Parts: sequence; structure tokens; C-alpha cells
Amino acid sequence: MSGLSISRRGLLAGVSAIGASAALSACGAKTGSDTSSGSGATADTSGSTVKVGLLNSLSGTMAISEVTVHNALLLAVKEINAAGGVLGKKLKPISQDGASDWPTFAEKAEALIKNDEVVATFGCWTSASRKAVKPVFERYKSLLFYPVQYEGLEQSPYIFYIGATTNQQIVPALDYLKKQGLTKLYLVGSDYVFPRTANKIIKAYAKANGMEVLGEDYAPLGSTEFSTITNKVKDSGADAVFNTLNGDSNVAFFKEYKSAGLTAKKMPVLSVSIAEEEVKSIGTQYLQDQLTAWNYYQTTPGAANETFVKAYQAAYGAGKPTSDPMEAAYISVYLWKAMVEKAGSFDVAKVRAAADGIVLDAPEGKVTVDGATQHVYKTARIGKVGSDGLITEVWNSGKPVKPDPYLKGYSWASGL
Amino acid sequence: MTVILNQSFTGISIGAVLLLIALGLTLTFGQMGVINMAHGEFIMAGAYTTYVLQKSISSAGVSLLVALPVAFLVAGAMGALLEWLLIRRLYTRPLDTLLVTWGVSLMLQQLARDVFGAPNVQTHAPDLLTGNISLGGGITLANNRLFILGLALLCVLGLTLILRLTPLGRRVRAVVQNRDLAEVSGIATERVDRTTFFIGSGLAGVAGVALTLVGPIGPTMGTNYIVDAFLVVVVGGIGQLKGSVITAFVLGVLQSVLEYSTTVSVAKVAVLVAIVAFLQWRPQGLYTLRTRSLA
Repeated sequence: MSGLSISRRGLLAGVSAIGASAALSACGAKTGSDTSSGSGATADTSGSTVKVGLLNSLSGTMAISEVTVHNALLLAVKEINAAGGVLGKKLKPISQDGASDWPTFAEKAEALIKNDEVVATFGCWTSASRKAVKPVFERYKSLLFYPVQYEGLEQSPYIFYIGATTNQQIVPALDYLKKQGLTKLYLVGSDYVFPRTANKIIKAYAKANGMEVLGEDYAPLGSTEFSTITNKVKDSGADAVFNTLNGDSNVAFFKEYKSAGLTAKKMPVLSVSIAEEEVKSIGTQYLQDQLTAWNYYQTTPGAANETFVKAYQAAYGAGKPTSDPMEAAYISVYLWKAMVEKAGSFDVAKVRAAADGIVLDAPEGKVTVDGATQHVYKTARIGKVGSDGLITEVWNSGKPVKPDPYLKGYSWASGL
Repeated sequence: MTVILNQSFTGISIGAVLLLIALGLTLTFGQMGVINMAHGEFIMAGAYTTYVLQKSISSAGVSLLVALPVAFLVAGAMGALLEWLLIRRLYTRPLDTLLVTWGVSLMLQQLARDVFGAPNVQTHAPDLLTGNISLGGGITLANNRLFILGLALLCVLGLTLILRLTPLGRRVRAVVQNRDLAEVSGIATERVDRTTFFIGSGLAGVAGVALTLVGPIGPTMGTNYIVDAFLVVVVGGIGQLKGSVITAFVLGVLQSVLEYSTTVSVAKVAVLVAIVAFLQWRPQGLYTLRTRSLA
């Protein structure tokens, strides 16, 4: 080692440069490098089959969630083909891996539309990936069906939003907490667009409804150090925690929460990004009796859901849970099929025109497409995590809620 | 008062995690001068060892105790193998070592992904470690944090004893202080290097076991900690165990106090700024060891 000489500063620079480049490649977002002409998509519908694109992260940090959505999409395509296809044509699914990387999503979306000439694409999970592909679908005038709840405030003519917007998930969740007398809230979230937007909405709601937000903390995505945040939550004297953490941070947060002696009884946590799949991986012992807000649970009653759960488990293994985004993905293919059949054509403009008023008896209950916003009417449901890892409903909105992505119907939201 | 006491404990427990992940580095980087970017992957190896053992041993408590020595051996063996295969050929080329070990780290991450799958996995903590001890007056100490603190101190104690009292420790110190002289005095420096690397990497494995108590286990978990670990060693002063110990706890308390009064992101930035300022004032770190091997 006698010849070893390296300055400490040089080393720090080297180490941090590597760290920084890794971080950049993980979260760099491309915002539409539009150069080509804005000609419409040229979907190929001449043969006996038509291609549909499935765009999910099959690798990387989001794979845990998105693979299940991919499975649900494939199941729907298989079922539709077995029943004769759409307008007499069989569907040929083309899978592309977004690799949890937003620029990759944009590239793969373009490949699906241009090379594979798909008639419609289903997929995306994070808002970041949706924002990355939005300009691509708009440029080629091709359709994307997006299956996940999101922060609202968006309405692209080429995207159908099959997951909940804020007034179908977050606002009903706040109504529920208020009704339970849990009016002092502490907000904990991951540090990116969805939690920050959601919390802005929560604060506006709280102000207008006599609720109090005692604190607000954000942890970087993937963070595992929650001891201080937990202390702050504990000292705040809040009635409940509104949790918009995403991904694995939830594991660390709930472990810390339990270590600090906090329980669902003392200070319940209402989460909006934890479904059946995540409950399983976080560990039921940490989540028991905590609350979640979604539009569908595996336990949601009804014949349509029984059929869906049975078909999913038959295809992917008994004991595999079904979750809200999976269900939304599954019905998105059926909703598209109904639109195409009503339009009598695969043409994007005709499909969009036919969308309004399409009704489906879905596993989550009756859903109706709202043509004006390209969202769907969905029933809001609050659930409680049981000891078996499944979520049981404790409250629902009674009837499907009209989607309102810009919260125009709520006077308190006018300043957002 | 309660807040201050609770936050000090939180700070000390963050410091304990930092200390555990940096301890192995004080040996391989601090004592030997090897910049091993794959150190984080040895942490990961320790964590996955815990996961695998828990699958075969049903009792969470027993599997955790068994995991500690086993993870030490697994990560240590990986370290020794890396040293033997690559690092010993690059002792005079520190920047090449940095790149090569970074490549190894990427390969190990992919290997973990192929073997254990891309999604992160969890272990179940023994019931004893999921609760907390209440000292009255709203002061609570989380059991898993106490366990990590104890483990970190035990590792520091063990390492100090080995370096101070055993023939191996004497040889390690001799090689660090003057390699050529040690060699002509009849010390097999190559073997000492490998043993040092074995112990340093093994300690990373132990840190991995401890981390399963606070967070998820995933292929990239090591990269989350590697920069912090290097920071602790560099600020503490290269080649100095006590420097790392003090730095780890100071950074932990600083982080938790700032985090309590501001936000997570602000605290992170403030701590980094403090470190940069400190290194401007004292580039050699808290403590220094004068040797010929390091500039």
C-alpha cells in the first residue's frame, strides 16, 4: 500500500459523483422531446387480430406493484379472447417493460404506438410515469388507460383515468375521519408530486371543515429512517395520521410506529397507498386495524368480484391477493371493449365519442364512464386491515361518486 | 424536557445504525485504505442471510441470534474472496479499485435480484424487539433500537480488543503504520490484509442483520447506506476507530435534532453542509494517524 495516495477530497468527490449519477438515473424525468410531426396514430386493424399495448414496470423498484397489474391486464385480455374478442378480432397483447424509469416509459410508449401499431395501451402506475408518457399519447393521438388512483388536476383527451381521483378517495377518507371525530390530523408522506398535492388538498379541506392539521412531514422516496417523524407524530397530540407514503418506506414507518407504542387504537393511520399486496409485504402484525381508503377490496361483496378473484387465483396461484389497482386495470380492458363495440370501430375519435355513459358491473360495483372528464364514477370505500392480511370495508359512499378531477364542486378547493 | 430526552435517544439510535454500517469501513477503508464501493452489498448479504435463516428457523428470536455469526461469516467470506480475486491486484491504484468495486457492487445487486426477486422482502422481528420500554413521563426507548445500540457497542468493544490485545491486532497495526517495515520483520502482510478485509466485511454483514429490524431488505439497500458510511469514516479521521464512534453519534444527534425542528430534507442538507464546513476547517478529519501509507 506504500504507493497509495489519494486526497480525501478527491475521494469524496468520486464517491458522491457515483452516488449522484445513480440517483439521477433513478429519477431523471424526460418531459417530451417533441420534434416529430403531430400525425395521428396509424393503428393496424386490417387483420384478424389487433394489438393492444401493456406498459408496466416488470423490473426495478415498482415491479412489486406493477407486475400484479400486468397480470390482471393479461387475465382480462385472455378472457375477452376466449369470449370471441372485440368486434370479431382477437386481441394480441404486446408487453413492454417501463423498468421503473420514466424516460423508458416514454420510449416504450412510442415504440408501442409507432412500431406495434397498437389500438390502445393499458398501464403506468406512478404519476411520474404517466406525466412522462402523456405527451407521447397526445402527439400520436393514441389512447392510454391508466389504472391507479392519483392526485387529480389532470385531464388529457387521450388518457382514460380508471383509478380514483381525489374526490373519490381522499375527500371521502377525510369525511370519514371527521365523522369519527378524528379532527386533529398529522400528515406523513413521501417527498414527490402525489403526496404534496394530496396534502395541499387535505389542508384546504381541513380549514373549511373545522379540522386541524398539526404537522406535515415528508421523507424521501425509499427512506427507512422514521424515528424522528414518529416522535413528532407522537408528541403532536393528533387524533389520526394521514399517510401518503409510497413503497417500502411504509415498512420502516409502521415498524417504527409500533416500536414507539402507537397503535390503531391510540392513533389510527389512514393510508391511501397500501393495498392487499403491500399489507402482505409490510407484515400484518404492524398493520392490524389500521385504515385504508380505496374503491375496491378483495373482500368487496358481489358476484362479479367472486368471479374475478377466482379467475385471478386460478391463473396466478391460490392465495394471491387482488387489489384496487389490479381491479381497475382488469376493468379498464373491459371498458375499452365496451367503448369500441358501442362505436363499432377501433378509431380513437369514435371510441372517445362513444365513451360517455358506458356502464360495467365491475368487481368494485357499478362503474360508469364520464365522457366529459374521461374518468369513471366509483364507490369510495374505507377499509380496516384484518389479522388475515385482508381488508374489510367499514364504510362506503353508498353510491358511485361522480369524478371531479379539478374539485370544481367543492368551494373550499377554489384556491388550489 | 421529554422531547429533548426522546430526541437524544433517537439521535443516539440513528448514530448506532451509522456506527454499525461504518465500523467495517473503518477497517477496510480506514486501516487499509481500500475504497470498497461493494461494502454496501456486504450489508445486503447480511440482511438476506437473516431472511434465509428465518425461512428455515421458525423462531424469530433464535434465527436473529443465529444470523449474527452466520452473516458475519457469509459477508466476511465474500469480502475475503473479493480481496483475493481483485483488490490485492489493485493496491497501488485506488481510483481503479473504486471503479472495480463499484462494478462488483452492481453485479452483486443484480445477483440478489435474480436469486431473491426484485421486490423487497421482510423479516419478522421477535416479539421482544417490537415493543418499547417506558421510563415514565412520556419517555420511551424502542427495544429494537436498544438492541442495535447494544450490538454496535459490542462490535466496537470486540474490534478494539482484537486490535489492541491479540497478535493479529498487533500485526494489523504494524502493517497499517509501516507496511515495508512490517514485511521485513517477518509479517505476512498479504495474509494480514485478507484477514483485515474478512473482519471488515463481516462487520458489514452484522450491520445488515441489524438493519432488518428497522427497514425492508432489498437488492439496493446497501447503496442507501454506503455514502453515510464513508462520511462517518472520513469525518472521523481515517484509520481511527474512536473518530468514527464519536462522529457517528454526533451526526446521529445532529440529524435527529435538526429533523425535529425542521424537516427531513432540510436536516439532511444541513448535516451535509456542516460536514463540508468541518472538512474545510479540518481536512484530515477528527483524529489522524500519521502513517506513510496515506497522504
